[in-house]
Amino acid sequence: MQVVRSHRKSSPSDVVVSTLPLYRSAPPLEVRLEDFELFALDRLRVLKGISDGLSRGRKPEEMEKLAMDLLKANMRHPQATEEVNKDIISHFVLRLVYCRTEELRKWFLSTETALFRYRFRSESSEAQRALMSEFNLPYKAVSNAEFESVKEKLGQVARSMGQSLPTADAVYYKVPFEEVPDLVAARRVFLLKGHAYVAMSQVVSLVVTQFRSHLSKALILTNRKWTSTIRDQEKDRLAPIVEALSSSYLGPDYSQPKEFGEISLKDIDQIARTSFPLCMRHLFEKLREEHHLKHGGRMQLGLFLKGVGLKLDDALAFWKAEFAQKVGAERFDKEYAYNDYTPYSCQKIISSTPGVGDHHGCPYRHFSEENLRAALARMGVSSRTMEDVLDKVRNRHYQLACTLTFEAVHGSPCDTGINHPNQYFIDSQKILQSKNGSVA
Amino acid sequence: MTKEEAENGRDDMIIDGPEQANAVPDGFNANYLRIYYGKLFPHADIFKWLSYGNDGKHPACDKSYVGRREFSFTLENDIYIRFQSFNSVSEMENSIKEKCPFKIDIGPVYSVDPAKRHAYAQSGDNVFTPVERELIFDIDITDYDDVRYCCTGADVCLECWPLMTIAIKVIDTALRDDFGFNHILWAYSGRRGVHCWVCDGKARRLTNEQRAAIADYFRVYKGNENSNKKVSLPGLVLHPFLARSYTEVLKGFFEGKLLSNQNLLSSEERYEKILDMIPDASVTSELRGRWQDNKRSSMSKDDINIVRWEQLKQVLQSGKQKAQGLRRCVEEIVFSYTYPRLDMEVSKHMNHLLKAPFCVHPKTGRVCVPIDPNNCDEFDPTTVPTLSQLLEELNKGGLRQDAENGMFILCNVIYPYDGWDRTSLAESIAFFRSSFLQPLLKSCKEEIESSYNTKLQQSKNNTLSW
Repeated sequence: MQVVRSHRKSSPSDVVVSTLPLYRSAPPLEVRLEDFELFALDRLRVLKGISDGLSRGRKPEEMEKLAMDLLKANMRHPQATEEVNKDIISHFVLRLVYCRTEELRKWFLSTETALFRYRFRSESSEAQRALMSEFNLPYKAVSNAEFESVKEKLGQVARSMGQSLPTADAVYYKVPFEEVPDLVAARRVFLLKGHAYVAMSQVVSLVVTQFRSHLSKALILTNRKWTSTIRDQEKDRLAPIVEALSSSYLGPDYSQPKEFGEISLKDIDQIARTSFPLCMRHLFEKLREEHHLKHGGRMQLGLFLKGVGLKLDDALAFWKAEFAQKVGAERFDKEYAYNDYTPYSCQKIISSTPGVGDHHGCPYRHFSEENLRAALARMGVSSRTMEDVLDKVRNRHYQLACTLTFEAVHGSPCDTGINHPNQYFIDSQKILQSKNGSVA
Repeated sequence: MTKEEAENGRDDMIIDGPEQANAVPDGFNANYLRIYYGKLFPHADIFKWLSYGNDGKHPACDKSYVGRREFSFTLENDIYIRFQSFNSVSEMENSIKEKCPFKIDIGPVYSVDPAKRHAYAQSGDNVFTPVERELIFDIDITDYDDVRYCCTGADVCLECWPLMTIAIKVIDTALRDDFGFNHILWAYSGRRGVHCWVCDGKARRLTNEQRAAIADYFRVYKGNENSNKKVSLPGLVLHPFLARSYTEVLKGFFEGKLLSNQNLLSSEERYEKILDMIPDASVTSELRGRWQDNKRSSMSKDDINIVRWEQLKQVLQSGKQKAQGLRRCVEEIVFSYTYPRLDMEVSKHMNHLLKAPFCVHPKTGRVCVPIDPNNCDEFDPTTVPTLSQLLEELNKGGLRQDAENGMFILCNVIYPYDGWDRTSLAESIAFFRSSFLQPLLKSCKEEIESSYNTKLQQSKNNTLSW
């Protein structure tokens, strides 16, 4: 097994030292059991911070700083030489923790990739080039003649991003567009016949794609090893730690209704008014009004309702009644029939991108101020609280804005904050039931 | 025909005799559809397409390929049957004829035969997963309701259809020139929009993330009625793709068609909507002043929409506004009113279903015919063949019964003529074959051969070095 260390090739000219590991293979290091858990928890704090940052819609520069701050705060080690080991060990421990379900893998993959991206960005360009060569990327720089032929377009792309024109000695790589999906998505590259022209300053995307695909495959393999051997071998030692660690971030599973059992169709309008968070209330009202929701809305509301405990028969009846008036029920059936989806978390809802005719997403993030004010007023939020809510929104604390709304509507504190629409619902029902209980 | 006859007369309804041959009432029903599937629907072509050359004799053909494709049927009373699969064209054809689906959807190619997915599920490890799928786009005119005044909802007319023409031109050009795709099929959705199937091998093998990237590349129109700004074009200049779309398609359609077609500036309510998009009170009040006073003072023959648009451009593009970046407003307005609006979800995920071409839309009775992107200006949704029209044509031709020895040859396979050759479907099927299917199958064959040769070469090299 090869150890991934910071001192890489030891050619005399190679003075570039990066402490950014690529995690290509597990380290043959001895780890004390308590470090195993402590390191993992420290890394988890970093990843949680990254994922919160992303869900607040932070800009890349802000994310870069955030990543560095989080690492500084959590990944230090009393012995400086041990920091890289801690980095590597904690990564591999969390691989074990997060390899076990699709949902866990997805979260780990996207946050680890984001972390890697911002760490790579903060490296010097020499260090970046050194890291790039470690990935063995098969790309050559674009020749002068070719550069001349597309120079004008490359300039157009640069200026469309508010950058200056590329100079004659600018280095560009020509790669299949599939390798730089993030640059394609943001229209930050010139595309010609299936190839993207990637500027030197953008190679982070290429490297990240490699990192991501390597990690994605590795997680599947780790999962196989976990189920076939490790879980049994380690059932008294590592397995309990691993299992406890995963729930410490992802929180409870809302896909199965628990506390309040089942909700019947006749109560749903009443319950929507009292206990749905604004995102679901909005979807619910739009559905009642227009008898139609587009895919994103159907998924967001449908899975929420499932988590809330709307019985399957009732749910089908409800959707059919709404949809039949416009498009027929068949489209709904095929979506609701998928029962392996879990209700969307706030993070997922906040990072969605509703388009024309869509009503899903997080109103605190996706509504204009005017529309948000109107919606909050309809929920009965007072004008003073409304200013506090909007203040949170302006600072991109969407979940805090939702928490304030919850507190205002229910007249009681919500200490944990709102992390999930189904949690909002459960907390709301708890408060309402205790109120009813005390009256009765 | 009375209702009773329609219900009972399944088999003999159109062979009533020459006098009644043309009397096929408008509409859509299972009996008509049964005849359509029996005589007109191009089963062989659809199956050939979805086989992508894997039904050939070459040793590198993947025999299991087409059988792993999901078909999904929607039956008459909204019964939905998913995860159907067929190993041969006759299996598919028989099933379609027997079940007579109101709608046929095509899903992805899975890792295993979707009809047997439960058997595989036993073995754990999540082996039932989509592995290939055309890159698809679904554009629906209902998404343009805030920028068209002629129709709303599911209705379309020749005044608003140019919005779909624009979408085809913009997306088709980018798919070919920017992304390098070649095998692209556009089809009328039968009612209110268009579908696009990108069928190149590398398009079918895109990951969800790559699909999402392409969809986002096309996404300009952000937000919705709940949020604020709809089109925002930051930066000093437009990205080359947007710049090309603007100068080659959007500008011309906006100024030459939509401005007058949709009367975008004729009334106060409508021009206020456009003035809302200009974030400068002095400019908007200047224009508003001119347009309110101007009670057709000139009484000229010039279209008031065009006159006002020229005034707006002149004010926004005058030297003094240029510096303030207001110039971009003209482009933002044009983009808002013309730029394609995609149903993003459909394109982003491999497992979305899309209605098969040549289906008949149950509400309109119109066939989902292919659209030629090079001549999409001429496409007229109001003259697309309807089910009843086709049956009428079939009746006329069917009496002659002389098509028995008619055969056609496609890629060395002989198919019987089905009967569509004398109907208005002939042109659509001929186009499907010559412009889409044949070039596609040719390149599939090349791809299969070249991948085989590469493998052969590799194994040869390996033996040599060994």
